[in-house]
Amino acid sequence: MTKTFERWLAAFALPLIGVGVVVLLWSVASATFADNLPSPVKTWETSQLYIMEPFEKRGELDQGILRFTWYSLERVAQGYFIAIVIGAPLGFLLGMSKLFQSSFDPIIQILRPVSPLAWLPLGLVIFQKPEPAGIFTIAMCSMWPTVLNTALGVRAVPTDYLNVARVLKLSRAKTLFKIMLPAALPYMFTGFRLSLGIAWLVIVAAEMLTGAPGVGGFLWQEYNALIYEHIILCILTIGLVGFGLDRLMGMAEKRLRAA
Amino acid sequence: MSDGAESETSGTGQAPGTGEAPGKLLELRGVSKSYGSTHVLENVSLEIEPGEVVVIVGFSGAGKSTLISLLAGLDRPDTGQVRFKGAVSPEAGPQRMLVFQNYSLLPWLTAFGNVALAVDEVFSSWTAEKRQAHTERFIGMVGLEHAKDRKPAQLSGGMRQRVALARALATDPEVLLLDEPLSALDALTRANLQDALERIVRTSGKTIVLVTNDVDEAILLADRIIPLSAGPRATLGPEFPIAIARPRDRRALNHDPEFRHVRTAVIEYLLSTKRAPRPTAPEPAPALSGAPAEVST
Repeated sequence: MTKTFERWLAAFALPLIGVGVVVLLWSVASATFADNLPSPVKTWETSQLYIMEPFEKRGELDQGILRFTWYSLERVAQGYFIAIVIGAPLGFLLGMSKLFQSSFDPIIQILRPVSPLAWLPLGLVIFQKPEPAGIFTIAMCSMWPTVLNTALGVRAVPTDYLNVARVLKLSRAKTLFKIMLPAALPYMFTGFRLSLGIAWLVIVAAEMLTGAPGVGGFLWQEYNALIYEHIILCILTIGLVGFGLDRLMGMAEKRLRAA
Repeated sequence: MSDGAESETSGTGQAPGTGEAPGKLLELRGVSKSYGSTHVLENVSLEIEPGEVVVIVGFSGAGKSTLISLLAGLDRPDTGQVRFKGAVSPEAGPQRMLVFQNYSLLPWLTAFGNVALAVDEVFSSWTAEKRQAHTERFIGMVGLEHAKDRKPAQLSGGMRQRVALARALATDPEVLLLDEPLSALDALTRANLQDALERIVRTSGKTIVLVTNDVDEAILLADRIIPLSAGPRATLGPEFPIAIARPRDRRALNHDPEFRHVRTAVIEYLLSTKRAPRPTAPEPAPALSGAPAEVST
């Protein structure tokens, strides 16, 4: 009885209290020193239409919040896909070859911490169009956790498994796909998950700078239009979607490990 | 059961200029092996005849696993030669199948999948139905039909080792190498699997090299016992032929005078290598089952 109560407390009541405290601080801030910060009530009133009709398209710059989110997710999916298609094999090469590791690890360590705000202009220079530049930026920023975790997973493949491959005289391709890939997969999945988190993080920056329709583009446009309530709407949407994505990947990872 | 496996052996190539006596299936000739500054094996020579069961007994850490890696072709000697069917140091292959100390089952495959991986590779020319039936047969042989769809994590240590044995036997190797296959098991499971091994040794007619730290286990299974002296610079001692008739019963052996005689002799030899004058690194105590006091009676 008390156990279930405690669990209920931890799962619902306490998180609600946390949300309540933040909303309270937000109200106090908007009522006192931050004059331009919309209050929670005002934010809800102004955002209502976008939330209640989430898929409505009233105009190019005036669409339901989930419709914008969908555009952003499409963009993220493309960049993320490229990141994984390039990152996973790159990680395998790094993990398998000392030579490759010595050659490319330094440059990877240098490129890894570069901000999306720095990649985007370069993408615009290369591709001349905002859309591919945004996807390029997402790919460049989100690739690294996949690369590094894959390399780690490949290095961690137990020698015993590789000896099984040697005794059975498995071909190189079979050793790769039947031994190394499944052995490294749990590590790789950790990389995929971190990469997805970064890809979603980058979307806002990419859309803000390119003005592309999406949740990040909408945020920047509403800032310029002085509708500050929608900035908060966008922030909350971005946070919730990111949380949801991470949960989904976490569940997939868990299933993989249990399998 | 022996079709298919031979096809690969022709590729190993005969060593040039060896007009020596045939019949030695697997040989070590004056083999030494070091890892860094640790001299593990020194001047080890060994000849394995087709169809015999040779058990190498030694202390933990004496270099038994190194020895079996050399025999399997997973490692190369610093000096000396490993010869398999006359070829010098051929690459590892399924004719010399190794049962690993820690099973080395692939955790993402089921028991069936682990055996099937080996069977599908070694008998790739067979039809899928034939390979499946073959795999099922060997899973059955080690008594795991009921558990064939389980992953290694869902199997006990003894069951895992049975899968590993099935995987090795199913590939029909010319030499079966067993690297302390039972050492990670609890005493009861171990005794149980010793009986299973005794049956396999007796009925399969395979050439088998087993390394173990258990003298009783060695006597139960061996045609010949060869002790490996305490390391470092371990080497093989004099061989002890085991003339006890098969089938051997683990429980009855204790009362067999031949058993007691050999047991004492092997243990005495192993202990004498420990007292050798050269300085030896601290070693874990030998895991000889039974108290030494019992030996002297």
